[in-house]
Amino acid sequence: MNAPHDPSSVGAVVAQKAKFDSPIKLRGGAELPAFELAYETYGTLNAARSNAVLVCHALNASHHVAGYYENEKENVGWWDNLVGPGKPLDTNRFFVIGTNYLGSCFGSTGPASPNPATGKPWGADFPVVTVEDWVEAQARLADRLGIERFAAVIGGSLGAMQALQWTLSYPERIRHSLVIAAAPKLSAQNIAFNEVARHAIMSDPDFHGGHYYEKGVVPARGLRIARMIGHITYLSNDAMMEKFGRLLRRDALGFDFDVDFEIESYLRYQGEKFSTYFDANTYLRITKALDYFDPAADFGGDLTHALARAKAAFLVVSFKSDWRFAPARSREMVRALLDNRRIVSYLEIDAPGGHDAFLLEDPRYHSALKAYFANIDL
Amino acid sequence: MKNEEKALITARPDLAAIAQWVAPGARVLDLGCGDGALLRYLWEARQAPGYGVEIEDERVIACVANDVNVLQVDLESGLSLFSDGSFDCVVLSQTLQAVHRTEAVLREMLRVGREAIVSFPNFGHWSARLQVALGRMPVSKSLPYEWYETPNVHHCTITDFEDLCRRLAIRIRERLVLHEGRPITVMPNLLGSLAVYRCTAA
Repeated sequence: MNAPHDPSSVGAVVAQKAKFDSPIKLRGGAELPAFELAYETYGTLNAARSNAVLVCHALNASHHVAGYYENEKENVGWWDNLVGPGKPLDTNRFFVIGTNYLGSCFGSTGPASPNPATGKPWGADFPVVTVEDWVEAQARLADRLGIERFAAVIGGSLGAMQALQWTLSYPERIRHSLVIAAAPKLSAQNIAFNEVARHAIMSDPDFHGGHYYEKGVVPARGLRIARMIGHITYLSNDAMMEKFGRLLRRDALGFDFDVDFEIESYLRYQGEKFSTYFDANTYLRITKALDYFDPAADFGGDLTHALARAKAAFLVVSFKSDWRFAPARSREMVRALLDNRRIVSYLEIDAPGGHDAFLLEDPRYHSALKAYFANIDL
Repeated sequence: MKNEEKALITARPDLAAIAQWVAPGARVLDLGCGDGALLRYLWEARQAPGYGVEIEDERVIACVANDVNVLQVDLESGLSLFSDGSFDCVVLSQTLQAVHRTEAVLREMLRVGREAIVSFPNFGHWSARLQVALGRMPVSKSLPYEWYETPNVHHCTITDFEDLCRRLAIRIRERLVLHEGRPITVMPNLLGSLAVYRCTAA
């Protein structure tokens, strides 16, 4: 039996692919001769082509932002609570585009795609890609879709870094940038967590230097550990205590090394699930993209100077319980934008969800985004 | 004047005085900006671009809905987001009495702004004095809270505020004392219920 139609859902959606045959030069110096980007769209582009909103995704998500697939109804988009008819990012009003970054394992060209030079998967030979490269590729997609200027670009975490980079790479093409749960660059601690995750993957005997596809194996152990570490940083201590506390998984302590506590079981489950769908080579590359993001680097570390190019109006949002990219990191961006006399609003939401709060449906957070989008002229 | 502006000025008579002191096109920072009504008014009446500082979630969202730039930070913990001299005018409208670190906030206002505009309910108004004389904490239109629910922590009179300015070497450039929206010139500390000041660093 079909579930009753939810009027606030964009409904069944179809993923699309755009193929680009001219080469793209990457920040690291390498060049991809051709590439594909996977994307989805929701709503309708208006006649003036002024209502397009680009949604950039974070670490493990994809272009599947909202709705579901006809043959896979339980596969609901990762930001479905935000995007849809009547939702804060209202698809009755906006033409919303979700796009999958270069180097992903969900449809865009990535390490598992065939290397045209060899016909075999790129594997370890797929170049390291950066936030700047992703924006460059997305700009080609915007050209293809006939979008000269976006009403807004929005993202959380790594997606927010793309939303910021867009205003620097293409200041004229972005009217509003919504930068949520982000940082203008990673701290040493952030990089350290990424390095542990990469090390877990690369030291897995099934990694084979990144050429594991041809061996028919995946470095699942490494991926599991990488994901477990990631999950610890996405949740706040309070959220973890509230959800799991010291609850036991079994009747009493086992005095062995099997799972005692619920939190252990949760991390193992998350790690296991992740290792079945995510690609290790992609994981290595996105953590590098995070580490390398630092728009102020070319300006002697002066973020104010770096953001002087931006012309967009900004909404910066942080969450008090987020210790991965704490509010102080968002305030660095706000300060630099204020020094440049940019239009900016800043929300610091007292939500308990930690870094993941940007994905959750906090009424204050969503009311603010709804109010912000409603004021964007089309 | 539009109807909604009239309603705003009636509800908050200090805002008219503040608006009149803000030069067209001036950059304004409004501390404790509420729903952003003053900033919106200044933008429409004076083309003065502004930012508000507000801590309460609902008010911050109201600012966003009013299309006013708002920054959700605690003004008590300092105005570290703002560089020295980055505003023409910093407004603290009927918020002084609720501020804990009064001296620090006043100093910060004149660090980030060329001018500070401060308004507060005058605790020296005769009705407040009378209520205290009769053994009660004052409750009035300008001091609408019972003692047990008031957000106000630092009440002052016109004389008190001017003493503090002297001590902090803050120069008072203009003063307007009001009662029921009308200017009071005779015995202002007794007859005025609301005081508005324009100050600069000495």
